[in-house]
Amino acid sequence: MPLQVADTLAPDAPDKEYLWTLNFGPQHPATHTTLRLVLTLDGEKVVNAIPHIGYLHSGFEKLGEHLDFNQYVTIVDRMNYLSPLANEIAWHHAVEKLLGIELTPRCKYIRTIFGELLRIQDHLLNVGTSALDLGAFTAFLYCFTQREKIYDIIELASGQRFHSSYTRVGGVMFDVNDLWVRKVRDFIEGLPKTHDEVHRLLTRNRIFIDRIKGVGVLSKEDAINYSVSGPVARASGVVRDLRKDEPYLSYEDFDFKVVCSQNGDCYARYLVRMGEIMESLKIIRQALDNIPTGPINVDVDSRVVLPAKPAVYRSIEGLIQHFEVMMPNRGYSAPKDEVYAAVEAPNGELGFYLVSDGTNRAYRARTRPPSFIHFAVFPHMIKGHMLSDVVAVLGSLNIIAAELDR
Amino acid sequence: MLEESVLKERFGDTIAMSEFRDNRRVSVSAELAYGLLEYLKLHCAFDFLVDVTAVDYLEYEDATDRFGVIYCLLNTHAGERLIVKTYVNDPNPTLKSVYELWRGSDWMEREVFDMFGITFSGHPDLRRILSPDEFSAHPLRKDYPLKGRGERHNFPVITRAES
Repeated sequence: MPLQVADTLAPDAPDKEYLWTLNFGPQHPATHTTLRLVLTLDGEKVVNAIPHIGYLHSGFEKLGEHLDFNQYVTIVDRMNYLSPLANEIAWHHAVEKLLGIELTPRCKYIRTIFGELLRIQDHLLNVGTSALDLGAFTAFLYCFTQREKIYDIIELASGQRFHSSYTRVGGVMFDVNDLWVRKVRDFIEGLPKTHDEVHRLLTRNRIFIDRIKGVGVLSKEDAINYSVSGPVARASGVVRDLRKDEPYLSYEDFDFKVVCSQNGDCYARYLVRMGEIMESLKIIRQALDNIPTGPINVDVDSRVVLPAKPAVYRSIEGLIQHFEVMMPNRGYSAPKDEVYAAVEAPNGELGFYLVSDGTNRAYRARTRPPSFIHFAVFPHMIKGHMLSDVVAVLGSLNIIAAELDR
Repeated sequence: MLEESVLKERFGDTIAMSEFRDNRRVSVSAELAYGLLEYLKLHCAFDFLVDVTAVDYLEYEDATDRFGVIYCLLNTHAGERLIVKTYVNDPNPTLKSVYELWRGSDWMEREVFDMFGITFSGHPDLRRILSPDEFSAHPLRKDYPLKGRGERHNFPVITRAES
């Protein structure tokens, strides 16, 4: 009879004595940060896996009720920390939808370029670390060298390499200049070579294929039923990509393909992520050639954006507008309503459900975390596999504990 | 495209539909929520549950009920979204679980239970998920302070001698 949760919480029940419990604890190099799995094993075969999470729960959603729309972007950065800017883009996409703000064309292009750069960053890390968990060290190092270049690009734009807090309501922190465009161009010239090297190291590697082909299969019906999205769902045959289905920012202007597979195993997810890196490169190349000129932030009359400093110091309107946005008891006047908005983050559909009570902070800022939802599928995927497959499947799902627990 | 008339015909005055910034919302009472969700899944092809979440309206002006539970649905074939809202109240806020309709609701409902204290009847394993098992409060409620009630200071520490 199938194992119930109660059985594995009391593993010494008389008829289950041959099963033994292994704690794949919160501290483990292969668990990608703090999550805990209590595995019930029959020899080497996993009979059941109960995840215990919450080791990194930091009350982000509670903080969302006390922080401004622009202050919360620092918290959102720290959710999916492999691609922080992608989270910021998602958060401000939701806030701007609530406030009803339409971005300038230049801002949309810059955010799109950053979104795709961060997608490359996330996928490079995921491919690298899932290979690292299986023993392939060189691919990991090659991927991380390229990620360093992305850090430099982000640092040039916002001053911080990692948690950049770059986007703001109605625009971004600082505009980018030609040096930045050159740096991005250099990066996208250099990435295909590394992508090819990783491809040659891993994709047809006998050991890599043996470890992950046919492992952790997720069927299309299960993917939809378990609310899986992003590369994991696309590898199972769910052809859904928010960039094509519900285009946001400037994705309508670009020509790119959505990479899907039908197998739904770890190898398919690896191939989908590798393919998505190349498609992101195409988008960045098209965007860089056509960045519109013009203002980066929305007009200051919308009362969400700080005016330019010369106007603040030299005109009374600029000063008043500055205070209206900055002072704690003033700021944004959001409509008293609720909205859900999602973007295609590298990990899946990252959405925010915002409830506003008319003040300058959210009344409720709920994150729809793809990692949380994907980790719930994990026990279903791992049943019947070997212990060593646990590591492979966990790597392919791209579970990030900060987004898992918030 | 889901027509408002289809739902109105089936459910009449028990639902209220609205629209805001391209989100379509349907409000329904707690007793009839499961019926509406089941109808949406089985007959309107909303096969993807995007999110289950809750809002505590304790400090919200003009709020009629304490908690709102929100189900965000998606129709993967048509690419259409719908948000279903129900309302539950203290004491003992409870709803019927949609575990049988969408497996993805498993952990989402556990998180709503953990953070708000709303129980879901019929859920196979309604335990706390993000906070420790011994935790007794429901943190995302508005009457729970941001800095907590000292649980971190009183956390049971097992010393090397005891372990």
